[in-house]
Amino acid sequence: MKQSITLGKVTKLMGLGFLSTIKDLFTGKLEKEDFKNFLRKVVVPIASILLFIGLWHMGSKTLYNIEADFRINKALEEQGQAAADAVAACIALGEDSSCKPNTLPSPAQVWESYRSLLRDHNIISADKAAFIEKTAALNEKRLAEGKDAITYTGRPSFVDQIFRSLKTVFAGFLLALFIAVPLGIFIGLSPTLKSAFNWFIQIFKPVSPVVWYLLVFMIVKTLLIDSNEDSSFTISFISVGLCSMWATLVNTAMGVSSVDKDYINVAKVLKLGNFQKIFKVVLPSSLPLIFTGLKITLSVAWMVLIAIELLAQSPGLGLFVWEEFQNGANDSNAKIIVAMFVIGIIGFLLDRLMLTIQNWVSFDKTDAI
Amino acid sequence: MSTIIEHKKTKVITDNGLFPSSEVMLDLKNLKKVYPTPKGDYVVLENLNLQIKKEEFVTIIGHSGCGKTTMLSMIAGLNPISGGHISVLGKHIKGPGPDRGVIFQAPSLMSWMTSLQNVLLGVNNVFPHATKAQRNDIAKYYLQKVGLEDAFNKKASELSQGMQQRVGIARAFAIKPKVLLLDEPFGMLDSLTRGELQDILIEIWNKEKITAVMITHDVDEAIFLADRVVMMTSGPKAKIGDVLNIDFERPRTRKAVLEHDDYYKYRKHLIDFLEH
Repeated sequence: MKQSITLGKVTKLMGLGFLSTIKDLFTGKLEKEDFKNFLRKVVVPIASILLFIGLWHMGSKTLYNIEADFRINKALEEQGQAAADAVAACIALGEDSSCKPNTLPSPAQVWESYRSLLRDHNIISADKAAFIEKTAALNEKRLAEGKDAITYTGRPSFVDQIFRSLKTVFAGFLLALFIAVPLGIFIGLSPTLKSAFNWFIQIFKPVSPVVWYLLVFMIVKTLLIDSNEDSSFTISFISVGLCSMWATLVNTAMGVSSVDKDYINVAKVLKLGNFQKIFKVVLPSSLPLIFTGLKITLSVAWMVLIAIELLAQSPGLGLFVWEEFQNGANDSNAKIIVAMFVIGIIGFLLDRLMLTIQNWVSFDKTDAI
Repeated sequence: MSTIIEHKKTKVITDNGLFPSSEVMLDLKNLKKVYPTPKGDYVVLENLNLQIKKEEFVTIIGHSGCGKTTMLSMIAGLNPISGGHISVLGKHIKGPGPDRGVIFQAPSLMSWMTSLQNVLLGVNNVFPHATKAQRNDIAKYYLQKVGLEDAFNKKASELSQGMQQRVGIARAFAIKPKVLLLDEPFGMLDSLTRGELQDILIEIWNKEKITAVMITHDVDEAIFLADRVVMMTSGPKAKIGDVLNIDFERPRTRKAVLEHDDYYKYRKHLIDFLEH
């Protein structure tokens, strides 16, 4: 059968089984007994999302009122009725950030900020495209003369910052992968190496991302002392990698050292060389555990990234959040909440991506958690 | 075609130093196995002597936990020897090697490989100088012999337990060992599948005549397959208790064996020993 890859299979592989339930609803394939299932898998989540937005709306309204009342009362006590009326009028108008309560934004404000960030992105991309077009001829000439090309140095848009963050996290993830997997294999294979490294792992595993960042900063700053380039990207991706590699290291070592004894016996009886033993027997059989480690590593990397970008002043979502917080403009709080949702959704998608790869690669198709 | 089985005189060998050394394939001398425990040493095997001739099929029976598997894994080189020695063709063994093929109780196939790849894993290693096509031919030949000509490219995880054990048999024969060690290979199978696999095993064995040592719990299996049945005493300090020669002519058929007059005599002998 050729059509073995169906929508149902792909979504199930990605752990998004509810999508095929929705598809069944529209294609009329839903049986009566499936209705209960549909209720649980589609209706209940949607209802809970609506409930969440409702509570959020009411909460932000209450907080807004608390702060507004406080400001009016304060003006009344300190400067009298006229000033209080002025503050009340100013708040009612809701445009001046000097009097407007600065608190949890409502869902509507967040949605508006999301759209304004997209508009901003479109303006910046258009600007960038125009700049590239304008400088294309000049750059060619400059390159021909052996000079550096002129690059766009304008403000990055929100979307640019998302991609910048993704780039940092993948660089960090790859670093973690290339350090932790080989090291984990060696540690798992040799009890001597295991006892040599055990203290190291136990002590450095719980160290906070902030401290890792400072350590990397100390080292990289000195190493790149001659270079004029901005080292913030290098520093942040190395810190992300070092923070997040521990789960992979521990899981790989555990997977390798707990390979089924029968497999090891087979390898011994067949007199497989070390290379064959590792690549044909040990690694494939510990792949599920290695992937569990990598999945944790990626989600940890994404989580610590925000804090590290913030510290390293490396462009990305973390810096975006920090700058908006410092900025204190009218819609800054709403933009921070937008960033929060974007961070959460991307984290979820990264997790699904790893799950998909894991299900694709591993030999036993048991459902991963 | 029915095979006529000649009746030879049953003789019981209690002393094992009988065979001329040129005929001996596998020699176990004063073998000892000790496991240290917090309460002192636990002696599993002691003073175990056994000689197995070239082209002989020996089955070993004994109560659970008597040390049969320990003995077999010592012959395979997977379990260190505490005292005495084991030699193959007069050479003391040091660790495992492809001169001794093992069929494990669990099929122990690499579940991410196809059946062909599983067999090739050993073949590639034992015949490094053969061409790729030759090695493929060897692996395919033995897979055909165990009746898996349609399952070369099936993943081991997609095969039934019985089919997996067939691959295990093919893998062991394909590396052309001098001695074949079988650790209750059919213990996990239902009785129908077990019968099928016994037939397959004995059919290949009749052709290859590889010296075989097989552990089993099944008295009928022990008689049907073996030239000699070795009975082990219960542990601790297990040793060879008794040896029974099975003088049915080869090749044997199950029907002829079951109908033979001596069959029940052999069976009674073994059961008497086990119930003793």
